[in-house]
Amino acid sequence: MADIRLDHVGKTYAGGFEAVRDLSLTVPDGCFCVLVGPSGCGKSTLLRMVAGLETITTGTVSLNAQVVNHLEPAQRDIAMVFQNYALYPHMRVYDNMAYGLRNRGVPEAEIASRVAHAAQILDLEDLLTRKPRALSGGQRQRVAMGRAIVRKPQVFLFDEPLSNLDAKLRVHMRVEIRKLQKALGVTSLYVTHDQTEAMTMADLLVVMNKGVIEQIGAPMEIYRTPMSVFVATFIGSPPMNILEATSLGDGVVSIEGHRLLIDQALSLPAGHKVKIGIRPEHLSVQADGFTIHVELVESLGAHQIIHATWGQQKLAMQVETDRVPAQSGQALVVGCAPQHLHVFDAQTGQRLLRDNAS
Amino acid sequence: MDKRVFFPSKTVPLLLLLPQLVITLVFFYWPAVQAVVMSFQMEDAFGTTSEFVGFENYTAVFTDPFYYRAMGVTAVFSTAVAFLSLSLSLLLAVMADRDIKGAGLYRTLLIWPYAVAPAIAGVLWYFMFQPSLGLFARMLRDWGIDWNPLLNGDHAMILVVMAATWKQISYNFLFFLAGLQAIPKSLIEAAAIDGARPFRRFWTIVFPLLSPTTFFLFVVNIVYVFFDTFGIIDAVTGGGPAKTTTTLVFKVYADGRLGGDLGGSAAQSVVLMVMVIALTAIQFRFIERKVSY
Repeated sequence: MADIRLDHVGKTYAGGFEAVRDLSLTVPDGCFCVLVGPSGCGKSTLLRMVAGLETITTGTVSLNAQVVNHLEPAQRDIAMVFQNYALYPHMRVYDNMAYGLRNRGVPEAEIASRVAHAAQILDLEDLLTRKPRALSGGQRQRVAMGRAIVRKPQVFLFDEPLSNLDAKLRVHMRVEIRKLQKALGVTSLYVTHDQTEAMTMADLLVVMNKGVIEQIGAPMEIYRTPMSVFVATFIGSPPMNILEATSLGDGVVSIEGHRLLIDQALSLPAGHKVKIGIRPEHLSVQADGFTIHVELVESLGAHQIIHATWGQQKLAMQVETDRVPAQSGQALVVGCAPQHLHVFDAQTGQRLLRDNAS
Repeated sequence: MDKRVFFPSKTVPLLLLLPQLVITLVFFYWPAVQAVVMSFQMEDAFGTTSEFVGFENYTAVFTDPFYYRAMGVTAVFSTAVAFLSLSLSLLLAVMADRDIKGAGLYRTLLIWPYAVAPAIAGVLWYFMFQPSLGLFARMLRDWGIDWNPLLNGDHAMILVVMAATWKQISYNFLFFLAGLQAIPKSLIEAAAIDGARPFRRFWTIVFPLLSPTTFFLFVVNIVYVFFDTFGIIDAVTGGGPAKTTTTLVFKVYADGRLGGDLGGSAAQSVVLMVMVIALTAIQFRFIERKVSY
């Protein structure tokens, strides 16, 4: 077991592209940390630097308080699950799992018992003599997991391991991976671009964008108080509505000519441009509110998403089905409680804090 | 997915196949049949008439001690060339597959020898190692080696093996490089994380995954040394000294073209043809099973 520490880590590629910039992060022992962000944000590069598959340009990576910058991947005592599983196609499932142990000179008897144990946990017992090409996607994924756990590593690294599975299997494997990690208690670093995966799996969620960390925290903390417009729109589905607004002072803003009360403790000077974030589920039909025009209604079963316009701006609201008999072209009067409004600076995109009048 | 195309009549598909069929028949089957026919005939000394002699040509071939010698020479030559050209090209391909500066240039240069005609390649090697003129021959002399491929059969064999290998390396290199590039990088990375050092990684992951390529090249190389090395041998040693580099295919030429024994030469080429067909069949039947994964 180990903790992972990244100290001012940076990665610049030969072409001068800065994939990761001055990034610091500590993942405590036993924690399941998810790195999430759009493609090209540097999350995979970061993972590969921890794995030792990518050189580290600046800063240090430590596992269990030991700097591992110059250690080979094999010496770092980590296991990695790849997006395409990277199973050895010419080896049986058993040999795939045994390979890492054989390389380390573990006795065959011990290998047999460890593989048998992993196979039992992952329900692979009937597949041990098969070759990877004779397995389904979900089974291959489980073999990749098995290969990681037989080694009993200090750290698990996952590089988008569920992206190649269909939606149903993905939800299932999400739960399986999380259960397994909890049972084994191995510190894990998990990379994904899927915010649902990130929200549901993480103990510690790290939102990345353009090579830097936008926000670190527990998933619900990030969901409730996103610190930037980027995080606000990236985490949560459907994404948060962001509306252009102008401060009128005294905790009141104007959106599309409508006066909206925000937090009075935010002493914004009149005329200051801001962005107001409202989660689709926090909008509801109210007697006293603002008028939106319904463009399209998407039904998801229990919920429906109403896509609408408010003046020149677009927004979505999520309501329980049948609560609002909405139709395209219809006008609705809706509102949102002031505590559910998120206020961001229009220029910097940063969240405006109470004691920070900016 | 069914990719079959249906034609309303049989004429159109036949017409489409015709050019290929004609080429195959005229240039492959007809000469083969001619060789078989000629192998049962004997010509008079002036080449004007020929008569049917049954298996006489074959008996002559199989009672000729020089024929068995040529077989031995071919065995040594083909084993050496196939082994050297495959292993050296694999080594070069592994080197070229890494992230190195100027990889494009390096690869292009390695492919060049393939564009050199066999006879030219032979002449090049002949001059480099010609005992009195050759640059390398002089170097060997300076090191105290009594190098003389014109008189020493072993030296002559080494020289043709080098020339034939050099010529084939480019071809093998191309296929090995393509094969290496088709191996997903993540497999190598997974093996690295699994604690396999580069050498072990190569033998346990890369080499087994390359085996279809290796097998294919092995078959192609065997056929190459059996038939296509004629030009090199002719240019470098002319089969000598004392027939130490006369392989089966060179003997076909020497007996038929130079010796004027068309029937005997035809019988030899039929035997050679049967040998190559048998070798290829054996390779496909027994070795291919082991290389599939």
